[in-house]
Amino acid sequence: MRELTYASAYAEAIREEMERDPNIFVLGTDIRIRGGHFGQLKDIGKTFGHKRVVDTPISEAAMVGMSLGAALTGLRPICDLNFEDFYLGAMDEVVNQIAKVQYKFNGQFKCPVIIRASSGAARSTGPQHSQSFEAWFAHTPGLYVAMPSTPEDIKGLMKTALRGSNPVIFSTHKMLSSLKGHVPEHDYAIPFGQAKIVKPGSDVTIATYSIMVSKSLQAAAVLEKQGISAEVIDLRTIAPLDLDRIAQSVRKTKRLVIAHEAYRHGGIGAEIAASIGETVFDYLDAPIMRVGSKHSVMPVSPILQDAITPNQNDVIAAVNSVMEGVKV
Amino acid sequence: MSISSQDARQEGRYSFDSFDSQLLKRFLKEMLRIRVFEQRAEELTLSGKVVGGVHLAIGQEAVAVGVMMALKEEDYVTGPHRGHHILIAKGLETSKLMAELLGKETGIVGGRGGSMHMADASKGMLGVNGIVGASIVIATGAAFTAQYLIRDQAAVAFFGDGGANKGQFHESLNMASIFKLPAIYVCENNQYAVETSVEYSTAAEHIADRGAGYRMPGVIVDGLDVLDVYSAAKEARLRAGSGEGPTLIEAKTYRFKGHSIGDLENYRTREEVQEWMKNDPIIRLKLSMEELGLLDENGWNAMKTEVEQEIEAAVQFAVNSPEPNVETVMDHNFSAEVTEHA
Ligand SMILES: Cc1ncc(C[n+]2csc(CCOP(=O)(O)OP(=O)(O)O)c2C)c(N)n1
Repeated sequence: MRELTYASAYAEAIREEMERDPNIFVLGTDIRIRGGHFGQLKDIGKTFGHKRVVDTPISEAAMVGMSLGAALTGLRPICDLNFEDFYLGAMDEVVNQIAKVQYKFNGQFKCPVIIRASSGAARSTGPQHSQSFEAWFAHTPGLYVAMPSTPEDIKGLMKTALRGSNPVIFSTHKMLSSLKGHVPEHDYAIPFGQAKIVKPGSDVTIATYSIMVSKSLQAAAVLEKQGISAEVIDLRTIAPLDLDRIAQSVRKTKRLVIAHEAYRHGGIGAEIAASIGETVFDYLDAPIMRVGSKHSVMPVSPILQDAITPNQNDVIAAVNSVMEGVKV
Repeated sequence: MSISSQDARQEGRYSFDSFDSQLLKRFLKEMLRIRVFEQRAEELTLSGKVVGGVHLAIGQEAVAVGVMMALKEEDYVTGPHRGHHILIAKGLETSKLMAELLGKETGIVGGRGGSMHMADASKGMLGVNGIVGASIVIATGAAFTAQYLIRDQAAVAFFGDGGANKGQFHESLNMASIFKLPAIYVCENNQYAVETSVEYSTAAEHIADRGAGYRMPGVIVDGLDVLDVYSAAKEARLRAGSGEGPTLIEAKTYRFKGHSIGDLENYRTREEVQEWMKNDPIIRLKLSMEELGLLDENGWNAMKTEVEQEIEAAVQFAVNSPEPNVETVMDHNFSAEVTEHA
C-alpha cells in the first residue's frame, strides 16, 4: 500500500492533470522555484517551466481576476494564494465576479477557476495568517468549496476540480501538509457533495471536515473506551453540502455533534444544525451541539491560541453532553 | 475645456484624406446606431419598461467605435457599467440588447443581467460589469490566454476615469507589462465618476501619464473624434500583435447625459455641458464628411432611416418578447457539465 503526504498527494494530482490537459496552468507568488510558501508544488515548476507555472507579483486582485479572464477564454487556471487570509485583496473578484459569471451571463461561459489557499491555525501564525473563511465562500451561490482532510481525498477532490467546469475554492489546512496516508495508484476522482463515513458508530454522529476530522477520530477512540460509539462523517466539500448523509446517520444515532475549526459563531455548523433540525428533528434524542473556535482574533501565544482553537477534548465534551440524555 | 479635431490633426496622428469614404460611413453609422439605441433605451426607461439601472454613453460613441474598428473580430473585450456603446460596437445584436434591458427571455443573457451585465461568448464579448474596475483584470486574463495559446488575439478593457483609481487598474497594468500581454487599456475619461470630477479624484494630470510608471505608452486621444481614437487604437493593436505588450489609451470624452437616468446633475453647469456638446462626435464627423463632399443630405437621411428602422424593430422585438420562465431561476449557478472520468 502506497503512502503519500497530504502535500505530495496534492502535487501529484496537479502533475497528472497538467500532463493530461495542456490548458491547465498554475499562477502564484514564489511558485516556480520554491513551489509556494508551503512547498505545496515543489518540482512542478521544474517539470512544467515558467509558461505553465507562472510567478506573479503580489497582486491578489489581478491574480484572481486574471484567472477569471483566462478561464472565460478557454484555460484552466489554478490560482495559488498561499494563505487563505490573502483572499481578502481579491474578494471582489471571487464573490462579485467568479461566483456570478456563469449565472449572470445565462450559462454562456464556463468558469473553471480553482483557487487554492491554506486555512486554519498553525503554531503562532497569529491574527492574519490563521483564518478559515469557508463559511463566507459557502454562503455565496456559484462557488464550490472543497476542504479535504486526507492525502487520498486531496488528490481525488483536486482531480474533480480540474476536470469540472466550475469555480472551486480549494481549501487545504496548514497542519495537514505532512499528514501521511494511503493514496491509490490508479487514477481516481472523488465527486463533490459526497460525504464519507470515516468511522461507523451507533450512538452519536460527528459531522466534521478538514483538520477536525483527525481530531474527531481521536475523540471517537477515547469515547469508544468509555463505551460510546461515535460515527464520524467527513463532509469533504461544504458546498455542495451532503446533508442527506448526515441526516441518514442521525436517523440511526439520534444525536449530532458538528465540529470545525472556523468560528462557531456564524459557521457551517450553524447551517448544518438548522438544516438537520428542519428535516430530522423528530429523530433527535438530544440538542445538536457545535464545536468551533471561540469568537476572537487569533493571538500568537501558543497557550492563547490553544484556548481559542477547538481540539479533541472539545469534541469529547460535546459528545458527552449530548449523551447525558441516555445515561440517565 | 474643449478639444477640437484640429488638435488631433496637429499632433499628426492621422490625416483625414487617408480614410476612404466607405470606412468613414461605417464609423458614422455605427455611432448613430448607438446613439439611437440609447435614446430609445432612455425613453423606455422613463416610461418604466426597463428593469434595473441604466447608464447612457451618449457623447462617448466615438471611443467604442474607434477602438472596435481597429480590432480584429476575434479580439476580446470587457467593459464597465456604462457599456451599451461597447456592446453595440462589438457587434452584439441590438434586438437582444434591447430585450435584455426589458428583462426578457430573449435578452442577450435571458433577463439575468440587464444593462450592466451583458455579454456574448460567441463574439468575444466577455461582459460589461457592475463593479467599477473589474473589467480591467478580466481583460488582462483574456490577454494572458491569447499569449498562452499563441493566438493573434488582443484583449481590450474599457473603464472610466473612476475605474482608473482602483487597485485593479494598477495591478493589471503592472502584470500586463511584465508579461508583455497583448492588452489594450482604454480609459474613457468622461470627466466624472458620478459627481466626482476627475480633477478632484486623480493625482495625475492625465491618466495616460500613469502608463510611464508601468513602462507602457500612455496615449491621449480626443475621445470625441472617432478617427483619432481609431488611429491610436490601430497602433496599440499593432503593438499587441507584435509582442510589444500593452498600451494605455486615455480618451478625453464627456457624457452628455447624467450619470444614470434621473441624475439631477447639480455638480456641473449647463454651459459646461453645452461647450462639450459643440463637439458631438456624430455631428462632427458628419460635418467633416459633408465638407469634403463624402456625404450629402440624401445619404445622411438614408442612413438615419435605416438605423431608426433597425432600432425600432429591436424595441418591438423586446416589447413583444416573453418574460423568462420562472422554473429556470436556479439554472446556471453552476455549469451543468459533468466531471469527466469522475
Ligand atoms: C467598486 C465599485 N464602487 C462603487 C460603485 C458605484 N459606482 C457605479 S458607477 C460609479 C462611477 C464610476 O465612474 P467612472 O469609472 O469614471 O465611469 P463613468 O460612470 O464615468 O462612465 C460608481 C462610483 C461601483 N459600481 N463599484
